[in-house]
Amino acid sequence: MARYIARRVGFLALTIVITSLVIFIVTQLLPGDVARVVLGREAGEEALAAFREANGLNDPLPVQYIRWLGNFVIGNWGTSLSTRSDILPVVTERLSNSLLLTAMTMIIAVPLAVLLGVVAGLNEDKLADNAISIGSLAVVGLPEFVTGLILIQLLSRWLGWLPANSSITADMPFREKLPMLILPALTATLVLLAYIIRLTRAGVVEEMKRPYVRTATLKGLPRRTVIIKHVLRNALLPTITVIAISFGWLISGLIVIENVFNYPGLGRLLVFAIDRRDLPLVQAVAMVTVVGFALANLAADLMYAALNPRIRLG
Amino acid sequence: MRLHGLLAGLRRLFASRTTALGTTIVLLFILVAIFAPILAPYEYNQQIYSDARQPPSSTHWFGTDHLGRDVFSRVLLGAGDIFTLAGVGTLLAVITGMAFGLLSGYWGDLFDEILMRLFDGLLAIPALLLSLLLLGTLGPSRNSILIVILVVYTPIVARVVRSAVLSVKNKSFVEAARLQGESLGRILFREILPSVMPTLAVEAALRFSYAIFLVASLGFLGVGVQPPSPNWGLMVNEARPYVSQLPWAMYFPAAAIAVVVIGVNLMADGVKRVLRA
Repeated sequence: MARYIARRVGFLALTIVITSLVIFIVTQLLPGDVARVVLGREAGEEALAAFREANGLNDPLPVQYIRWLGNFVIGNWGTSLSTRSDILPVVTERLSNSLLLTAMTMIIAVPLAVLLGVVAGLNEDKLADNAISIGSLAVVGLPEFVTGLILIQLLSRWLGWLPANSSITADMPFREKLPMLILPALTATLVLLAYIIRLTRAGVVEEMKRPYVRTATLKGLPRRTVIIKHVLRNALLPTITVIAISFGWLISGLIVIENVFNYPGLGRLLVFAIDRRDLPLVQAVAMVTVVGFALANLAADLMYAALNPRIRLG
Repeated sequence: MRLHGLLAGLRRLFASRTTALGTTIVLLFILVAIFAPILAPYEYNQQIYSDARQPPSSTHWFGTDHLGRDVFSRVLLGAGDIFTLAGVGTLLAVITGMAFGLLSGYWGDLFDEILMRLFDGLLAIPALLLSLLLLGTLGPSRNSILIVILVVYTPIVARVVRSAVLSVKNKSFVEAARLQGESLGRILFREILPSVMPTLAVEAALRFSYAIFLVASLGFLGVGVQPPSPNWGLMVNEARPYVSQLPWAMYFPAAAIAVVVIGVNLMADGVKRVLRA
């Protein structure tokens, strides 16, 4: 196991280095001169040259990349070009908001999806299965902003149960934040639901056909025991992986959802930063997101290996 | 013979009711996209000041928006916008991905290793994040959106094609072609490509459905197609502040997105079943 963990962690480091390189290359292509953006239109040629020299903008790109990555690692993320404030505290606050929304989504989505998936799998090709499959297929294809707007219309404008605006603030007690979290979390749930359901269903269907299920049934175990003690243990393994993979979907989905609900998370910060061409802010948000995504994948791999010893041999 | 195969495929595609529905929706919207300039009663950016903020009526079937533009005309013309962007973008990604996938799978070794690690890096960035980074760099324009679709989906297509190539490249018919001294292009296109084709077609259908999704989402975020283009996502975004007074201006384009996305998904699902069966 230790060797397996070491290899996965090494792989994680490699992924982060490659993605950081991609992010650096993509953002370096940003048209416009950073010195000009920072100092403003009126700055003289000398001031611009001095700024470039002081900030190492004349150095070769590989040197700039290594300095940039080093600064990111030690938490020196610089100041935002558009708000002139330190980036690190802003990004960490937004990150904690996004994580809060993610946690809320997972709390709703995972039990619901697993339950529906197991029900569908146990009733293969019967009414319940078809209803669940078609229902989830119909919602999954819709872009998050469409489902979000439909939920706002239903649960907020017509029924008046929940607020349509989720602009939480840091000094709000959790009790006040909670109702504001539900609509965006429900929207995100709809994004994930179909994937988790489909995989859980497939796992259950496959396991139910194995000989050990027949053996257990024939030796007289009640159906409930067979399912809970034997089938689910094996059937839910792939579900763990898909939950981790769905983090990638969730990150993309949350960027849109946060903008639908005015939720102050990383996604909204990213769109704001890109709109203002705020290069350091864009880079910081992108790096944090990518590292978070890589960590989620690592956690999933390790969990999967811990639960399924067969995988470690590979 | 080929035509016969195509017809048989289409017949099988229409055999499933849901797939038939999806394919019909897509074909219908493609017709709308083609004939929209003739069908649309108004121009996409024509502001009819006397009729601003009207609910749906016989003159303006879907009402008018806050600027007095006819929502029905804009929804019709928007079909062309989204299908061209998503279609051309997908085509570019599929061709590029196919080329990389074929070469990577066939050559293997260092070329394969470097390319796959680069693609791993691209795939480790969530799709929408990568799209936003690219749009931030390139600036919002139609060409930028095509580049975004190309960059985001090429690695995925390439990987799928590569693994399909790996499963056939050591088969005896490929070996025979190689020993006969066939050229690289001939081996790739005449020997390997036909067996990769079903996988590629399924992937292309899937990519197309995601591309529609992506173009609409970028429009909604206001970083994709810019006003006054009749992009459905952008229309939803523009109409949002007025939704309580002018709900039709937001819900008709939103419904158009929903219908098209569901149609394309059902069709892609059918293509998958027919070709993998």
